[in-house]
Amino acid sequence: MDLSHIRNFSIIAHIDHGKSTLADRILELTNAVSERDMRAQVLDSMDLERERGITIKAQAVRVFWKEHELNLIDTPGHVDFTYEVSRSLQACEGALLVVDAAQGTEAQTLANTYLAIENDLEIVPIVNKIDLPQANPDGAATELAELIGDDPDRVLRISAKTGYGVEALLDAAIERIPPPSGDPSAPGRALIFDSSYDQYRGVVAFVRVVDGVFETGEPVKAMATGTRFDAEELGYMAPARTPTTRLGAGEVGYVITGLKDVSRLRVGDTITQQRQPAAEPLPGYKDVKPMVFAGLFPTDSDDYPELRDALEKLKLNDGALFYEPETSQALGFGFRCGFLGLLHMEIVRERLEREFDLDLLVTAPNVAYRVKPAYADWIEVHNPAEMPRELELVEEPYVKASIIVPKEYVGQIMELCNERRGRYDHLEYLSPERVHLTYELPLGEIVLDFYDQLKSRTRGYASFDYDLAGFRDGSLVRVDVLVGGEQVDALSLIVHRDFAYDRGRALVEKLKEEIPRQMFDVAIQAAIGSRVIARETVKAKRKDVLAKCYGGDITRKRKLIEKQKAGKKRMKQVGGVEVPQEAFLAVLNLNESRR
Amino acid sequence: MKPADSHPRGARHLYVHLPFCAHRCGYCDFVTLVGRDGQHGVYVDALLAELELERAELAPTVETVYLGGGTPTLTRPDALARLLRTLPTAGEVTVEANPETVTPELARLLRGSGVTRISLGAQSFRPHLLEVLERRARPEDVRRAFYHLRDAGFDNVSLDLIYGIPGQSAADLERDLADVLALGPEHVSAYELEAKPGTRFTHAHGAELARQAEAMETYYESVVETLTAAGYRWYETANFCRASESAGGRDLRARHNLGYWLGRDYLGIGVGAVSTIGDTRRRNTPRLSLYLRELGRGGAPPRELEVVKPATRRIERVMLGLRLDEPIPVAGLEDALDPAGLVRVESLGLIRRARTRAGQTLALTARGRLLGDGVTAELLA
Repeated sequence: MDLSHIRNFSIIAHIDHGKSTLADRILELTNAVSERDMRAQVLDSMDLERERGITIKAQAVRVFWKEHELNLIDTPGHVDFTYEVSRSLQACEGALLVVDAAQGTEAQTLANTYLAIENDLEIVPIVNKIDLPQANPDGAATELAELIGDDPDRVLRISAKTGYGVEALLDAAIERIPPPSGDPSAPGRALIFDSSYDQYRGVVAFVRVVDGVFETGEPVKAMATGTRFDAEELGYMAPARTPTTRLGAGEVGYVITGLKDVSRLRVGDTITQQRQPAAEPLPGYKDVKPMVFAGLFPTDSDDYPELRDALEKLKLNDGALFYEPETSQALGFGFRCGFLGLLHMEIVRERLEREFDLDLLVTAPNVAYRVKPAYADWIEVHNPAEMPRELELVEEPYVKASIIVPKEYVGQIMELCNERRGRYDHLEYLSPERVHLTYELPLGEIVLDFYDQLKSRTRGYASFDYDLAGFRDGSLVRVDVLVGGEQVDALSLIVHRDFAYDRGRALVEKLKEEIPRQMFDVAIQAAIGSRVIARETVKAKRKDVLAKCYGGDITRKRKLIEKQKAGKKRMKQVGGVEVPQEAFLAVLNLNESRR
Repeated sequence: MKPADSHPRGARHLYVHLPFCAHRCGYCDFVTLVGRDGQHGVYVDALLAELELERAELAPTVETVYLGGGTPTLTRPDALARLLRTLPTAGEVTVEANPETVTPELARLLRGSGVTRISLGAQSFRPHLLEVLERRARPEDVRRAFYHLRDAGFDNVSLDLIYGIPGQSAADLERDLADVLALGPEHVSAYELEAKPGTRFTHAHGAELARQAEAMETYYESVVETLTAAGYRWYETANFCRASESAGGRDLRARHNLGYWLGRDYLGIGVGAVSTIGDTRRRNTPRLSLYLRELGRGGAPPRELEVVKPATRRIERVMLGLRLDEPIPVAGLEDALDPAGLVRVESLGLIRRARTRAGQTLALTARGRLLGDGVTAELLA
């Protein structure tokens, strides 16, 4: 098809603002899917996504409308996947910006809209759910128009649920979104904006061809990673895989690579022909690095091989997931895993527990630190227990946080951001009622419970998004926990010097509640280096006997003691002290006690 | 191979269970039956039938007989007398008695029937605590019963005391101990109240007990300190007897119960009674009707069987032996012990190892005895 009849676009919407429903309606209207076959919300293929109402992996569907080929590119809807969103947007010329008529713009939408504007996309503003009784289409339209600098009259009003306005929307997409440009005769360049793993055929890359033409069977390579492979099959999603013999400039489709390792083909990379490679890759490739780390340990140490296999399998579908074996003296064998962010971590954890039926112990998350040890070169540290004690400099990752709240909560948000070492950046009114605040915050202050606090202090009204803003100097210290005089590796944490005392105190208090009384006094200490900053004692038991024991009691008594013995075995021994596994999660719940 | 202490020629200890009670106390978890006065005679018939069936399990000479309950002294006197007459004679014959049942006649009957020792269920001398325990006796009943026993010639009386009762203050306990000492019994059993999950008592008092748990943590120590200071020997976790030097050289430990604690074989007859003979432990049905029916037909009562392998018996030997104040010999028990655990509890000063001519021995220290269950769990392999 010639370029002038192709339109490539994505849908930008906040969770629950109707992106998936709109996609479904478009598929129906264009007869890509018969109503009978319609599984609600076709684009979100994983159960987990469906349940959480988020799209984790983008996909692209091709439909036809009035002699035009429309490629609808789905975008992940969450903060942790900003980079993937930006690559999806790079594959488009336009974006449908969908906002709920009752709720208005949210922070994520805002972030993705800015990304779309940066990518020079034509934005088609849409107010959805106008059929809802509490809808305020005019208000939402005004806010939208202001946001993108458009005329409120050009804002489309639809109900994705009933289908009202969707035909007009498709017409508007063809009319307003420019066709792709590109040079069909130049050496081939295709942008990988997503990938998935097919257990029979290997890695499947979703691509937008920018220049040239790719043909089935051709030897190709990924320019940034240098990975070489044959384009075993080319095709497009309609929405099932539909093979074609070629994919030309301007088109969106998939490439079956036969590669067995998803990490060899990275989102943002450029595919070109081996025979006549392009001189330059497409711009914008970044090697996304995990920023949030946590230890994952099987609750039952016998499950370690299962956990390893499960991570291996997950990794096939998730190039951003990082893991390496970790041994904790307290928790045994497990893995230190790296995630793009908190949601990514949650998703991985849930998939491990649900799809692989594993019982996991997840340590408190921490961020990546850049550390200059004394007399050594810079290193990156992913685990507080590995932080060198003698160091010259530490840097921690910062984010630029974008928060949208009703104006009455501005005070609470500022207070929260200040508590979390935030640096105020900017405040603007999106409407007379709603305020957009930006702050720079250390990522380490966000990973524990920032989001929960944000929601609870604004009765759920605040929306939040962030983007990494690089590493900055941090006045950070490592706080160690000693139980019975012995350091517990899994409980070390890295905190800002100003918070070290409070956090150390809160931690030992929490541990005092979690560690059962033993046959001797147990000292629990928090220390920076050799300086103890907080101390509690779990007093020794005064008695531990069931008094009566006669002929009829012996079996019961023996079983009780055997149970007591088994209970001891389940606990982790630290410096001769029996510490229940729950205690290791104490750090996670610290924030409850923080206020 | 027979365990060290199981006698090759049968059990030397006989337990007889008499389940009848006037009222079931809320905290009690023994097999008891309320009412059924009409069945006392048939029950004794059944007991004697079971004894006949099991005669081969008993050694030619029985050392101890113990009548427990229930309330053995509630059994109709004629039936009780017939039972005592027919049971094998033994050096120690103990009967459990509830204070309100002890009349001068009953005391004389027991004494005249060869009973040598009485275990009197006093539990407390505080009226409000007796009420919580649902005991029928008043403090004056306890004293009166004690005097009747003395008058009948009993020179070996044990008092049962319960502590850790909901609402019991430290002062209450102190007064109970003083009241016990004032009577000067040869033997005292002091039990912490055990509120078992699911019982009526726990339902009623569980929350209160949980609230008091911390305050009551020192009660056990108080009991031990007070009784030992008064010249009693703390010879078992919950049992005290007048030291022999203050008792004319008599060893006043409960010999029957020592049999359990030393891991000896014992035969138990009656509903719910437990026997351990060789590698078999068995529990008779707790249901009176089944018990009576089967023995009435000349058969054995339905029983739950448990195989107690030599390794298990060694574990029990350690578990029970450490309850006593006399050291247990390690020889033969090595594989029941965890050497690392042993070193740990020894370094905490909870156990004492000694080397004697007969080999190595183990005994808990005073503090180790207060923590006996935890220490045992620690040093068992």
